[in-house]
Amino acid sequence: MNVVAAQHSDGFVVYDGVQKSYDGETLVVKDLNLSVARGEFLTMLGPSGSGKTTCLMMLAGFETATSGEILLDGKPINSVPPHKRGIGMVFQNYALFPHMTVGENLSFPLEVRGMGKSDREKNVMRALDMVQMGAFANRRPAQLSGGQQQRIALARALVFEPELVLMDEPLGALDKQLREHMQFEITRLAHDLGITTVYVTHDQTEALTMSDNVAVFEDGRIQQLAPPDVLYEEPRNSFVAQFIGENNTIDGVVKEIRGDTCVVQLDGGVLIDAKPVNVSKVGERTRVSIRPERVEANKERLADDAHMIKAEVLEFIYMGDVFRTRLKVAGNENFVMKTRNAPDQVRHKPGSMIEIGWMPQDCRALDCPQ
Amino acid sequence: MAIQSATSEEGAVGTATDSRGRLVTSDGTPLRRALERANRRRKLTALALVAPLLAFILIFFAFPIAQMMWRSVDNPQIVNALPRTLVALEDWNGQGVPDEPVFAALHADMMEDLDRPRREQAIGPLGIRLNYELSAARSAISRTARNVPDFDAPYRDAFTDAHRLWGQPELWQIIKREGRPLTLSYYVAALDREYDAEGNIVKRPENRQIYVSLFGRTLALSLAITAMTFLLGFPIAYYLSTLPMRYANLLMIAVLLPFWTSLLVRTSAWIVLLQQQGVINNALVGMGFINDDGRFSLIYNQTGTIIAMTHILLPFMVLPLYSVMRTIPPTYLRAAKSLGATPWTAFRRVYFPQTLPGIGAGGVLVFIISIGYYITPALVSGQSGRMISNEIARHIQQSLNWGLAAALGTMLLVGVLVLYWLYNRLVGTDSLKFG
Ligand SMILES: Nc1ncnc2c1ncn2[C@@H]1O[C@H](COP(=O)(O)OP(=O)(O)OP(=O)(O)O)[C@@H](O)[C@H]1O
Ligand SMILES: [Mg+2]
Repeated sequence: MNVVAAQHSDGFVVYDGVQKSYDGETLVVKDLNLSVARGEFLTMLGPSGSGKTTCLMMLAGFETATSGEILLDGKPINSVPPHKRGIGMVFQNYALFPHMTVGENLSFPLEVRGMGKSDREKNVMRALDMVQMGAFANRRPAQLSGGQQQRIALARALVFEPELVLMDEPLGALDKQLREHMQFEITRLAHDLGITTVYVTHDQTEALTMSDNVAVFEDGRIQQLAPPDVLYEEPRNSFVAQFIGENNTIDGVVKEIRGDTCVVQLDGGVLIDAKPVNVSKVGERTRVSIRPERVEANKERLADDAHMIKAEVLEFIYMGDVFRTRLKVAGNENFVMKTRNAPDQVRHKPGSMIEIGWMPQDCRALDCPQ
Repeated sequence: MAIQSATSEEGAVGTATDSRGRLVTSDGTPLRRALERANRRRKLTALALVAPLLAFILIFFAFPIAQMMWRSVDNPQIVNALPRTLVALEDWNGQGVPDEPVFAALHADMMEDLDRPRREQAIGPLGIRLNYELSAARSAISRTARNVPDFDAPYRDAFTDAHRLWGQPELWQIIKREGRPLTLSYYVAALDREYDAEGNIVKRPENRQIYVSLFGRTLALSLAITAMTFLLGFPIAYYLSTLPMRYANLLMIAVLLPFWTSLLVRTSAWIVLLQQQGVINNALVGMGFINDDGRFSLIYNQTGTIIAMTHILLPFMVLPLYSVMRTIPPTYLRAAKSLGATPWTAFRRVYFPQTLPGIGAGGVLVFIISIGYYITPALVSGQSGRMISNEIARHIQQSLNWGLAAALGTMLLVGVLVLYWLYNRLVGTDSLKFG
């Protein structure tokens, strides 16, 4: 999926300077600009209370934007009531109607659209088969497991063939294995049917594995909008770096900036090279971040210009596929190194002093909060 | 090592059986017995906890109801007062006035009764009992009883001279028919029937039929009241359920206000409001909607009963409705709308069906309470808004015909139970949600 396409203003779904306040005092959504291309799978990711659901509800029509405009297929929809928007929606608690059977639940959106009985039955069966639930049409939602209810909710949101489907933490209530399976099913369906999906979650793995683009929310703002790999490898600021995946951070001061490298003096006094991302001038405080899997204790695996630094091993954790070594680096006792469980991999003893290193471009100098 | 041996030992105990193949615990007691012993203590505790209430219900609820049902068929008065007469009457063919032996027996019975201490005399109750079947019987008996010591044979003439009723076959038919320890005559009367001269059960004359139509009216009024509470209560409950708890509780107080106001205060308020010269009529006349002689009668009739009882019983509808509606998440309505339903369709197809348990509970509550309601109809109903319970109360307090009151009460009770059973068959009580 083309990253840049999402930034275009002629997207299928466009938030244009949207703000939202519930109480007239605080803005829950602050100046949201976002564009979702047709057929794109966009995930809104962010901590609890960051305004993800609010954004989704404004799109679905259950909340009104305090200011700004939301466009669907080029047309403003602020004044269109929810039932005329034709947007499929999957709720976190599924919201399957308990007094109707699975079949009736699915046929409901077709009925209110005035579809004839035989067409209805055909479409319902097709939608049920799509989620492999064809045998369950006569059950009540209460007689289904969580995962099955999830599928039915998905089928119901798709049965009337909407072009846009919204999902608000649809997998939150499922156990890990089922969740992973459903992640796969949802993305497969979304791509097969070519629907545009806006997906809300606060689970970063989910966001990374499912999406074409991820919008990281914090405090009513999008901190970064990018495809998963860019988001992971090139976080634009320290919030995104901390929020996505695991990260080692050390605070310091910028000493020198030379094009795409800079020198940072860590608070422990050590000087290191880093890639300037969110720093602009010398003397500024910065937070450098290094992914644990990019830290290496074996010099031979690093290029010549890799930066080496002394570290004390505090803890060694055997995790099966990887080893997790907690180190004390430049005064930071929570520095983690992740190494693959390879035959030649060293298992470091707690208390020993080792030398670790990383490539300067893997060490990103970001803004320093506070 | 120690852990391992412990688990293997436990495994052996877990499958141990005695000679008869029953599971036993580690000390050799059969498992079932051990379980019973462990459970007995819990059961005793449970029993101790419910015992006071159980005793209370038995003494003040179950026992009086059983008593009432017994009274509706209990018929000791004639058997107690006239044992010899009843024996003598066995040979009587039911036609005309009985012969001298019957009157002689009657004399003997009455003489014996006069010798008893006053509190044990059976003549008084006899008069009351016969009076239910034949007015004037009571005065005939008490007048005769005074003169009985002076009677001489032939007694037949003496009695018929003392009161003309003794010469009427009707009285003797009643004595013979009701001279049994149990009777159905109260139920016969409660169903607007009576016995004819041949002892067949026939309809009463039109102008003396009251109870059946009163039952019908009670049913109709109760249905009307249930419908009114539903119509008024549903929107309130819905609104309350959408409010934050804080405001909902505050408004709930307004709904519960009828519970906390004295009945007399409320009644006077209704009278002030509803009477012909009352606030509502005056306002309507004042605004020119009706003219002065077109004033509505809103009280002392069925309208008054319905208005007042709807007011009183509204909370019984609102509370179960509210508690059910609170549990219906707003996401259902949102989901319905996102699927393309208009707000009205979403309400009708998705929201309303989920409130049915509450409607059922509220409806059953209001209906059953109003079918037996007494005090409000007594105060504001006038003649046309009276309900069956008012008639029962009249028989208990004024006419003192407790047998008839008991028969009416039993019929009411059975009616309610039948309705409840029907409801249970149709809807299922396990889906009821009372508050
Ligand atoms: N109906 C409402 N009235 C007032 N404030 C609200 C309302 N709904 C949400 N908020 C506030 O708006 C902010 C954003 O809420 P929102 O539900 O959009 O967060 P979210 O990102 O979906 O969080 P979560 O991951 O926990 O679902 C929160 O601070 C919340 O308290
Ligand atoms: Mg949310």
